[in-house]
Amino acid sequence: MGSLSEIKKQFQAELKASPKRIKVVVGLGTCGIAAGGEKVFKALDKYIKQNELQADIMSTACIGMCYAEPIMEIHIPDGPRIIYGNMKPETAVEILKNHIYEGKINVGYAIAQETRGNQVIEDIPELKDIPFYSKQVKTVLGRCGVIDPERIEQYIAADGYEALEKALTTMSPVKLIEEIKISGLRGRGGGGFPTGRKWEAAYQSNDSKKYVICNADEGDPGAFMDRSILEGDPHALLEGMALCGYAIGADEGYIYVRAEYPLAIRRLRKAIQDAEKMGLLGQNIMDSGFNFKINIAAGAGAFVCGEETALMHSIEGKRGMPRVRPPYPAQSGLWGHPSNINNVETYANVPAIVRAGGSCFAEIGSANSKGTKVFALTGNINHTGLAEVPIGISLREIVFEIGGGIQNNHCYKAVQIGGPSGGCIPEDLLDTPVDYDSLLELGAMMGSGGLVVMDESTCMVDVARYFLQFTQEESCGKCTPCREGTRQMLKILERICAGEGEPEDIPTLERLCRVIKDTSLCGLGQSAPNPVMATLRYFQSEYEAHIYDKKCPAGVCTNLLKFWIDETKCKGCALCENICPVKAISGERKQVHYVDQEKCIQCGNCMAACKFDAIVRA
Amino acid sequence: MCSCGEGIKDLRYTALEKMLENYQHCPEKIIPVLQETQGIFGYIPAAAIQQISNALDMPSSEIFGVVTFYGQFHLQARGKNIIRICSGTACHVRGGGQVLDAIVKGLGLMNGRTTTEDLMFTLEPVACLGACGMAPVIMINDDTYGRISPQEVPAILAHYKEKEGGQVWVA
Repeated sequence: MGSLSEIKKQFQAELKASPKRIKVVVGLGTCGIAAGGEKVFKALDKYIKQNELQADIMSTACIGMCYAEPIMEIHIPDGPRIIYGNMKPETAVEILKNHIYEGKINVGYAIAQETRGNQVIEDIPELKDIPFYSKQVKTVLGRCGVIDPERIEQYIAADGYEALEKALTTMSPVKLIEEIKISGLRGRGGGGFPTGRKWEAAYQSNDSKKYVICNADEGDPGAFMDRSILEGDPHALLEGMALCGYAIGADEGYIYVRAEYPLAIRRLRKAIQDAEKMGLLGQNIMDSGFNFKINIAAGAGAFVCGEETALMHSIEGKRGMPRVRPPYPAQSGLWGHPSNINNVETYANVPAIVRAGGSCFAEIGSANSKGTKVFALTGNINHTGLAEVPIGISLREIVFEIGGGIQNNHCYKAVQIGGPSGGCIPEDLLDTPVDYDSLLELGAMMGSGGLVVMDESTCMVDVARYFLQFTQEESCGKCTPCREGTRQMLKILERICAGEGEPEDIPTLERLCRVIKDTSLCGLGQSAPNPVMATLRYFQSEYEAHIYDKKCPAGVCTNLLKFWIDETKCKGCALCENICPVKAISGERKQVHYVDQEKCIQCGNCMAACKFDAIVRA
Repeated sequence: MCSCGEGIKDLRYTALEKMLENYQHCPEKIIPVLQETQGIFGYIPAAAIQQISNALDMPSSEIFGVVTFYGQFHLQARGKNIIRICSGTACHVRGGGQVLDAIVKGLGLMNGRTTTEDLMFTLEPVACLGACGMAPVIMINDDTYGRISPQEVPAILAHYKEKEGGQVWVA
């Protein structure tokens, strides 16, 4: 093969050679598929073939706007790129037809345009101006949703594998590690350990065999940024891992992916094959003498395998239980050899750092947290999706400007950050800058970057119970504080939610939190009490309402709810009486009905059935 | 003595044997081996564990330990259609619980059973499907359904009930 720059020139020329054709792009990440993107794709493909249009249809990955999926883009030669949201197969075909034959653009469905120097179309905001985009800085997600992830040539045409070539030809491993240190990159998986120092430790370990491991076991409920990178830009991860291999002196890598991500696994397999074919992975990469091969290990559904020592046990084919550190993986990791383990987003940052230099990367971010972070915005928020922002931006900007505020004009209550290991942040702290250290002070943590926004209809005690149930189920059972402690905490929380809480429950919970945090073996146990501690810290009044007043202010805990009938609204139609499974409602025809509170099981069927909104719940 | 049922059984064990040829004496490959085994049978039968044990040189007790540790592996037969319902945070906040209730009701699953009696469906709550932007989310086999409401559940289930006979035991 020729040099990388020659290949790049050739691919760029090929991509330019067909500018006279119309390009139709449909987002087919997991989110696009879940919203029905495949049907849209098939309908468009059929239409284009039937009418022999001079158009190419391609799929891409998630561009981050999950709230508008399925998304279709139309690029007319010498025209702007128009992005249409919320497509259905029929509307997509109709829009394409009008767009191509009559030049008519359906402004109603268009969510953004990118002019690329061409004329601006009125009434459609420019992509760079819409609030969801204007605050974002795309380093890691820059290519996601833009290139076709299954075609290596598109990655190369977009500067791909240039960093690897630069490192192999002009940098020593020590120089490469130095560059990562200058960049200030910290682990994006949650802990925030400085990446350069981690690599250095692995480099300094003496062993002829070393491993590079990628933790793609994205298990935090509410986080899906790693999935988007794997599906949307798999080569960036491979390049980052190869750079790490060169830096620490490893010739083999493992990507540990969740089995729940079949599309990501398929795309990774293809990416590895393609890179090997072009000599960008495998033996004697770019004639430098450096060998690096990458294997995929599919996880088997255990959250604790996100912990590094448990993950390595799982690759070795054992029960995925963590062990005591030290020794750290940099000294003794996979099969006893020195190993470096980072998560997907961390590796995906590396090529950009090597290309532009560490100091360039360090210009973005706050004093001790450099670069960007991808957040997954979910929950009761208008714009769900992925947002990559400079670290240090305030939570308020993320939730209200990028996220477009709370759904259905409800009120903000809290944002849960960091998954089962994190905490929640109330309204008065929304102006805190989001970086590793400030979040820890608030009792939350960056975690992998899941942001679940909650409105006033969310019960914080129920949320704490939910997370404890999760960690309790996922506890591997090796150490007692985690196995037994989380079970006791869960029991107490279930009691409180059921209306059987007692005053001493709060101090007991606090004591259990302290003990579990101090004595658990691994990160899962040590951070398991965080959701409870954070909700107790900011929403203690809700616990007290459950315990003393036997009320759930958010109306979530059904045992604490009462249903009754508003006499002024009831028409006596008896719909509720008929639907009640326990015959708790009675009354004469055409007369006001009543709920027998002794019999009522708070199922809510009557409320759903009533046509006059006469059933009241509180 | 011969019966058609046993004929089918043999086929599956032949497939297992063939697969195991690639993994002789490789106990570190137990997880991919179990994943492929489950692809063949739909679950991990006790007899298969013995066969794997012989091929990989790994005590069956250890294999049992691995099978029971990971949520993905099952020791009991499961339905033809696997419904995975996300119980992640975003789905929880957006009403995943009501969707779960609707599926349980739609399949007539009682007393905590997860597989229907006709072995057509198995319902499996999973931690997070990673499509939180689409919450609430369910996955039936490899099809993902996002932003679904309890009212849509019966129609979705009906679609798979009609497809009867479409998918057989081979993965």
